Amino acid sequence: MIPISWYLLLSALLFAIGAAGALTRRNGISIFLSIELMLNAANLALVAYSRLWNARTGQLVVLFVLAVAAAEAAVGLALFIAIYRQRRTIDVNRMNLMRW
Amino acid sequence: METAVFLLFAFLAVASAGVVVAHKNPVYATMGLVLTLFSTAVLFVLLGAPFIATLQILVYAGAIVVLFLFVLMLLNITREETPQPGQPVQRWAAILAAAVFSGMAGMLLWRSYGQASQQPLTEQLVSLKGLAGDLFAEYLLPFEIVGLLLLVAVIAATVLARRPDTDELNATSQERKP
Amino acid sequence: MSADFLATLVKMALALGLLLNVVPVMVWVERRGSAFIQDRPGPNRLGPLGLFQALADAAKFVFKEDVTPTAADVPLYLAAPVLALLPALTTFSVVPFGPDLQVGSHLIHLVVADADAGVLLFLALASLGVYGVVMAGYASNNKFSLLGSIRASAQLISYELALTLSVVAVVIPVGSFRLADIVAYQRAHIWNFLPQFLGFMVFLVASFAETNRLPFDLPEAESELIAGFHTEYSAMRFATFFMAEYIAMTSLSALGVTLYFGGWSLPGVDLSGWTGAIVGLAVLVAKVAVCLGIYVWVRWSFPRFRYDQLMRLGWKVLLPIAIFNLILVAALTIAGKL
Repeated sequence: MIPISWYLLLSALLFAIGAAGALTRRNGISIFLSIELMLNAANLALVAYSRLWNARTGQLVVLFVLAVAAAEAAVGLALFIAIYRQRRTIDVNRMNLMRW
Repeated sequence: METAVFLLFAFLAVASAGVVVAHKNPVYATMGLVLTLFSTAVLFVLLGAPFIATLQILVYAGAIVVLFLFVLMLLNITREETPQPGQPVQRWAAILAAAVFSGMAGMLLWRSYGQASQQPLTEQLVSLKGLAGDLFAEYLLPFEIVGLLLLVAVIAATVLARRPDTDELNATSQERKP
Repeated sequence: MSADFLATLVKMALALGLLLNVVPVMVWVERRGSAFIQDRPGPNRLGPLGLFQALADAAKFVFKEDVTPTAADVPLYLAAPVLALLPALTTFSVVPFGPDLQVGSHLIHLVVADADAGVLLFLALASLGVYGVVMAGYASNNKFSLLGSIRASAQLISYELALTLSVVAVVIPVGSFRLADIVAYQRAHIWNFLPQFLGFMVFLVASFAETNRLPFDLPEAESELIAGFHTEYSAMRFATFFMAEYIAMTSLSALGVTLYFGGWSLPGVDLSGWTGAIVGLAVLVAKVAVCLGIYVWVRWSFPRFRYDQLMRLGWKVLLPIAIFNLILVAALTIAGKL
């Protein structure tokens, strides 16, 4: 039997990797991919806790998180398309119009 | 047996997460994400949530990541990222922060659930009917709200990604006349 | 090794054997069938009725020179045929091919993966088929391949929706996602093809689109895009795409037959025990064979859809019909008629 803490550790590790990616990447889509990785890590933690306490709540919340991630991905990618049309780049370092 | 499966897919998940985060080519990063999502889906099955695992593959790996690939191909961002000149500190700071966070989380969790014993999987947890019953009884309001959210997202995405019509272009150019 | 594990291994071997052996048979059926429809002899030199033509084709593919384009993205280029084959092979695992067998003290379900969310698992694994196509087009470093693969992926995800909705309409009166339960429901009532005729038509059209078969084969249009997304693939890699297409056709036909035509069951015949299992398997194979024959028949009878006509059909015609069918079936189920 695998202790639940192993799953939670894996979740923390995946989250940390995703956070490092979101902070270091320059390409907007790559940052988005790292964010999806973080969401996935959170899902894993939720399901692990659901298993620990034998409650279905965790799984249901994961369902909603999946739907929210889908909505977020759609809108985010549409934004990227709009930005690309304007500025011909999605390098986040070039998005500096509001810098003082 | 279960430990072997867990270790294999945990390792696969972490390795492909590394690819997502570190690979220069965004297409490879996207394929790495698919592999991570698939490995996590297997872990969900191990944790007694086969329906969530199926949905993860169907929705996340089968639709959302395809959307990512579409946008990558559409905008032709398949060129590799060149390393940024003159700012290595930012990169190392981020990696260090992530490592510290992960270490802290690890210590915290190891102490609290290191000896958690597991009861066998109950029908209550795994059954699809139970999940559906909860979803449409106790969680009906969040379900409807999420439906509305998806509608809003579809409308927003359609409006944002639309090409500006000639009417809009003419209107904006007229506004700029003194 | 527990008995369950052993039984699953045997079932997996059976399923793999069936699927991989469909390919040479389909090659022969396709070539002779198309020849018959076009009023010409077809391959008739190798063996009686040209039956060994498929073996000759296989030998040709093995010995052909393997060319990798110089500027291709090699890891993705090599992975794409595998990515195309995997979903095709794994989706068959949720289709039941016989009644429950009692072997000694164990009750064996004759399905490789008796998942609670069986139909959803099929759809989930089938949706992974997009990646093989997209990677093939992208990694080939060829404009025509990329164009073909983008069209293919757009087509696949558009028709997935109609397919999923028609499948959900089947699930509503049954009350369970397990394919074995769906077969049991059809044994108790009537084959789903009759009360859900609209849903069946949507499923039929969507399955042609999902497997990239004419009239929806623009991604591999021979006369327009050279060979579409598999232009740059030769020898065994091309054969892998070829196999993946035929095996996907077989799996999707098996699903369609199980959802709408009763799967392994015959109306009025009580199948049980070992004879029931063998007869059930034979019945399933026969029904799938009829389906595959229809695929070949349609391929050589209809002209190809243009890309914009294809997208219009998927979104503006099939999706509303599928939604209407869903609402209709839901209403009838609540009213107790189904």
